[in-house]
Amino acid sequence: MTMHQVPAEDTKPAYNYAYLDEQTKRMIRRALLKAVAVPGYQVPFGSREMPLARGWGTGGIQVTAAIIGPSDALKVIDQGADDTTNAVSIRKFFERTADARTTEATEEATIIQTRHRIPEAPLKSGQVIVYQVPMPEPLRKLEPREAETRKMHAWAEYGLMQVKLYENIARFGEVTTTYDYPVLVNGRYVTAPSPIPKFDNPKMHMSPALQLFGAGREKRIYAIPPHTSVKSLDFEDHPFRIQSWTEPCGLCGAGDSYLDEVVIDDRGARMFVCSDSHYCETRRAEGHRGAMLGDAALTGLVEETKP
Amino acid sequence: MSAQNMIAPGFSDPVFQSQAAFRALLDALSEPGTLRRVDGDITPPEGMEAATAIALLALADYETPVWLPQALRDGPAGQWLRFHCGVTLVAEPGQATFAVIDGTAAEPTLAAFNPGNDQFPDRSATVLVQGAALEGGAGVTLSGPGIPGTRDIAPNGLRAGIWAELEENAALYPLGVDLVLCHGDGMLGLPRSTRIEEAR
Ligand SMILES: [Zn+2]
Repeated sequence: MTMHQVPAEDTKPAYNYAYLDEQTKRMIRRALLKAVAVPGYQVPFGSREMPLARGWGTGGIQVTAAIIGPSDALKVIDQGADDTTNAVSIRKFFERTADARTTEATEEATIIQTRHRIPEAPLKSGQVIVYQVPMPEPLRKLEPREAETRKMHAWAEYGLMQVKLYENIARFGEVTTTYDYPVLVNGRYVTAPSPIPKFDNPKMHMSPALQLFGAGREKRIYAIPPHTSVKSLDFEDHPFRIQSWTEPCGLCGAGDSYLDEVVIDDRGARMFVCSDSHYCETRRAEGHRGAMLGDAALTGLVEETKP
Repeated sequence: MSAQNMIAPGFSDPVFQSQAAFRALLDALSEPGTLRRVDGDITPPEGMEAATAIALLALADYETPVWLPQALRDGPAGQWLRFHCGVTLVAEPGQATFAVIDGTAAEPTLAAFNPGNDQFPDRSATVLVQGAALEGGAGVTLSGPGIPGTRDIAPNGLRAGIWAELEENAALYPLGVDLVLCHGDGMLGLPRSTRIEEAR
């Protein structure tokens, strides 16, 4: 675990705290309060240009900027890892503009901004997870016109979505969607969980943490309050199932985490490892050893932590 | 300017006090019925609870018309709000984005405020209800998003019909107004998604 600190002279910038001006923050905050009052409904908001390239999660960054304060500890993950380019630059952005204390430890964070994963360690009451969302409209692939999808949500006309999923089952024997798998929130709105693997969908259901979603390009904010029903769409004869693996994590031996396949040498040898890097490191520090840990340490792929 | 005409100050540190007030509101509305405290370090204008004043300082501006009871609208509170937030005060409850009501007054009822529409349920009013206390009254049981199982609350100083009005409001879901009960530096959220299980 690393605590990131920045020197104080870096934190007296010419721009406003957390970059956004106060009027913009108020507008986003009002949208967030309506979003929690109507779980899963996409609230339109006046998205601002951010000093990071599109596709870097400007919606999530704006949500984090509107909520963060001096007593928060921020964790940023991308594909489950804290050390990817995207995660590092977002973390630096908030260290610079919001004087933010940052952390890689899931349990220490008060705000977790994420792209593509929900941490493996269970989230707690009082934590906020902010999802970066490229495409907030779960019905968009079925209906390109915004005016039409808005009516479908207004009248809870989700038959088209059910038909599409069922056609998938008829053709392939199962729903082939493996990420951004649509959910029904509080029994009312069909909602995009963002491009997390469907493995993570069950973690959203009745989570004690507050879940906020920001889509910058599409200018939408939505929310799932704590203790709210989140049901992955399925059918009685084809219940929802998450991904599973035939082997545990090669590094920490976890059998309950989402695994990525990685190439470990130049001869093309592969192994499966936890996508949640903090979870894997924590388990290794606790003494858990996967079958490939010795080899991986020898080749310098990971540092072998002695318990 | 005489002391009587002076408008009382707002936040001394607007950036951080707004942020803290917003987080209290976010917590209040995402976990309905839990008591949240805001930094009470301001002197609210006459007729306004500190929590009400702080919520409006944090959220209201020229984009959000505000409805106040006439005595507040015509008094220091109206002046204070126009000065600090740049809001337009409206006489028609249905036009308000934010409203402040006296919990004991019979009018206006919750149905007088904008519940949003089916395509834009977010365009509904947020109603700040000023009560005598957030505890010690007759109890009700809440359920819904933000509540593991059920949660009991017992705010005091609210009109007898308020729970029936809230049940009607919840029946409009996903339309409806969202309530924040305010007293002193305390607030308690009752969004439209909250169901009133039983009045005890
Ligand atoms: Zn692992």
